[in-house]
Amino acid sequence: MAAGAASGGSATTDTYKEARTWLLMPAWVTLSFLILAPVLLMLVYSFLTKEFRGGVVWEFSLSAYDQFFFDRGLFGDEPAKIEWTYITIFWRSIWQAGAATLLSFLIGFPTAYFIATQPERVRPMWVFLITIPYWVNLLIRTVSMKFLLRDQGPLNDFLISTGLIDSPLHIVNTNFAVQLGLFYSYLPFMVLPIYAAVERYNFTLSEAAADLYATKMTILRRVLLPAVKPGVIAGCILVFVPSMGSFLAPDLLGGAKNFMIGSLIEEQFKGNAGNWPFGAAASMILLTMVLIILLIFARQQAKAEKET
Amino acid sequence: MKHLMKTTVAALALTLGAQAAQAEGELVLYHWFEYMPQELLDKFTAETGIKVTMDTFDSNEAMLASLKAGALGTYDLAVPGDYMVKIMAGEGMLDEIKDGELANKGNIQPQWLDVAFDPGRMHSIPYQWGSTSFSVNRDVFAGEINSTDILFNPPAELQGRINVLDSQGEMMAMASLHMGIPQCSTDRDQLKALNAMLQNAKSHWASFNSDTAKEVLVSGDAAAGMIYNGFSAKARDEGANVEYAYPTQGYIAWMDNVVLLKDAPNRDSALAFMDFLLEPENAAILTNWTQYSAGIDGVAPLLDEALRTLPEANPPASAGPAAFIEVCDEATQAVYDKIWTGLKK
Repeated sequence: MAAGAASGGSATTDTYKEARTWLLMPAWVTLSFLILAPVLLMLVYSFLTKEFRGGVVWEFSLSAYDQFFFDRGLFGDEPAKIEWTYITIFWRSIWQAGAATLLSFLIGFPTAYFIATQPERVRPMWVFLITIPYWVNLLIRTVSMKFLLRDQGPLNDFLISTGLIDSPLHIVNTNFAVQLGLFYSYLPFMVLPIYAAVERYNFTLSEAAADLYATKMTILRRVLLPAVKPGVIAGCILVFVPSMGSFLAPDLLGGAKNFMIGSLIEEQFKGNAGNWPFGAAASMILLTMVLIILLIFARQQAKAEKET
Repeated sequence: MKHLMKTTVAALALTLGAQAAQAEGELVLYHWFEYMPQELLDKFTAETGIKVTMDTFDSNEAMLASLKAGALGTYDLAVPGDYMVKIMAGEGMLDEIKDGELANKGNIQPQWLDVAFDPGRMHSIPYQWGSTSFSVNRDVFAGEINSTDILFNPPAELQGRINVLDSQGEMMAMASLHMGIPQCSTDRDQLKALNAMLQNAKSHWASFNSDTAKEVLVSGDAAAGMIYNGFSAKARDEGANVEYAYPTQGYIAWMDNVVLLKDAPNRDSALAFMDFLLEPENAAILTNWTQYSAGIDGVAPLLDEALRTLPEANPPASAGPAAFIEVCDEATQAVYDKIWTGLKK
């Protein structure tokens, strides 16, 4: 800009502007065609009438949202009550994703801290090591996890051989297995942003706090954590959001006994139900919830920044 | 433009060529991929002089879409699954096989003659069939297994160790057999009872897995599981001490069928091929290759020893009737969808 002004003449500025418009095109195309358009399409579909066995009829209808929120009995002719089925499914997903996020944080934070405090030349190697398992397909990793955890699997064999337990722990097909699976699937998304934040952290601050007789716990709580908070929040969002929509871990590790949001939506498009508008409506409700959660995070962060 | 002309001329030449070939006897088959041994086609050509051309599809729906999009009139025969025969007949895409047109129609096994998806076999003949029920690990449970109680009202040894298929169609069909009610029931009391029965049965199930139905039986994660008969045989091959059940209440069947398409360019060749497939000798060649079952009388003595005595492919005398998964109308399906979602909520 400054260079353009220096060489004088508004023509250069115009050229610059024009160039900027064109250079921004990839971003605009990505945003509009690959993000905005599909979401808008989803929004439109959620307000259409369903066609039997998949597809939509181009007629306005609120029945998808009605189905989500109101229960009219098995045969659809009882007075409307609040429908708990889908709320239960959504709540289960949020809860599972929340537990997985917490688990990721508890393991991911020390890991990131460890890597960031290593000598600078070996750090890339540690980051590389973290990402190695993720070169393997997610499906295969999840199935392997199941083989490790199952009743006759190596984990139980080991625990029994050490005499810690007498009969195998039933881990597969429980909620805990799902949380473990989600945690394992998305752990690097927690480690990497926190690592980036801790790496930039000025460790002399910790030393200063220690000189002022702060305990290790206080340094962690009052100095380190607030300083790396943006990284922690980014990590939490990156783990929580995909966990909520995941269906691989619940299907394979949880035994698919209960729907998660992801599997409920999948069923509307691929399964017997073939109810596209309802699948679209459930997706829109999920999207709205995720946006609200992100907004809350964003506001808190803005508030926190104002206070400091 | 020049290019377009070239293409048109080429297309014309091809059409003329095809017509010329037709006179000498040709047959155009629309079939699943990897579902027809080449030796059988060669045998047919050697016997009749009719040349066979085969295109393949990978799903019933893909075949339907392609025929709808204008391929009707190109093919003589197609091989849809049971429910798809009904849908295609409903769309008016099938030609009628008149009485006496198939010399070997009498070779069809009686139980496959008057099937719900094609009453009286007006449009189709059996190609291959298989079944879905469940298998039980005999190390865990030694009692009687030929009852749907194993899944829906299991003995203590199996409770909490059962895998079921994660598929609404198969689950509802099996549950209907268990209760002795029609698959697309509109009777409210029956539907309520079905719902209550499933909710109660679910407490005994460990998982809903289709993809790993065989693996969980082999690994021992599940002591009993809903499964396709071919998969159960494989599980036994892999060392699991499992036995496939043919419940007295009935079991689920699937069947692929050869149908005569409307506007078949080589109708006579098509009928000749159907008769050919109905010969026990040829049906046996096919069955030995696919390892399913034929549905044609007189095939059994010609099968490989292993396949002939395969318990999974041979229903015992005590087995109940085979039921195909039915296609419900929209309003009825909505109730079943609700029951399924309620089961997994």
